Amino acid sequence: MKPPAYARPAVPPDDEGAFLAALRAGEERAYERLVVDYGGRMLAVARRILRSEDDARDALQEAYLLAFRALPRFEGHARISTWLHRIVVNAALMKIRGRKARPEEPIEPLLPTFLDDGHSAVCYSDWDVPADEMLERAETRAMVRAAIDELPESYRTVLVLRDIEELDTAEAAELLGVTANAVKIRLHRARQALRELIDRRLKASSA
Amino acid sequence: MNVVDTIRSRLDEGDVTCEALITCLFEYLSSELTPERERAIEEHLAECPSCVAYLKSYKRAMALGRAALGEPAERPAELAPELVRAILESRR
Repeated sequence: MKPPAYARPAVPPDDEGAFLAALRAGEERAYERLVVDYGGRMLAVARRILRSEDDARDALQEAYLLAFRALPRFEGHARISTWLHRIVVNAALMKIRGRKARPEEPIEPLLPTFLDDGHSAVCYSDWDVPADEMLERAETRAMVRAAIDELPESYRTVLVLRDIEELDTAEAAELLGVTANAVKIRLHRARQALRELIDRRLKASSA
Repeated sequence: MNVVDTIRSRLDEGDVTCEALITCLFEYLSSELTPERERAIEEHLAECPSCVAYLKSYKRAMALGRAALGEPAERPAELAPELVRAILESRR
């Protein structure tokens, strides 16, 4: 699993061997660096997967506990940032599984509908605002975050893992314990629902 | 054969409706369709402005999602000192 593009390595690639050796030797400063240099990005990952700040912090602490225990078995074939990314994703997903199961809102009302002849039931039009302009606006980003948070949990999780954390389908399927086909179906529905939620908000704001 | 498979197989017969296109959009964007099915989708897009608009807004929703949740590379988050301490103490 490669870390997302924004997850730049905290330790330069050439220094990772020495850094790993320092960790294995139990050097306190190396452990501090493992937490201070990598922790911010790991917390950001947990925040994206979980909606609650408390849960994200819990997942981060759990992830480090798992990482400290797994360190003797980490052979350094993957980058440290890649290894930690996978651990925190796992810890966040465990947090979701550990929550009391709540019935999920159905996603169908957010999906396109069709006439009997297969034509779309509504005629779609593109959004008026230029894409670049939308991406630059802080208020648009806040609106999109709210739309993502409105997705049913299992769809939101797949969208974050695939489209934001950039896991491939097989990795997401393995972590979620579902088939690759189920990931594809859920992701397509999640994207369709997100499109619909953004569309509704844009129409409401221009009305 | 489930509903999605039925819709996909209709593409082979050149029967591309908006429903077929939107159902297969994921595979189309991931280049997972056969060349024949891809061609059928593109023929529909050439004559259906509504599906073109849907495709554009679907892709823009994906890009907006990335921009909204993705952490800017130049602004990495920092951990609060008490959280760093709690994590480091947990290994003792």
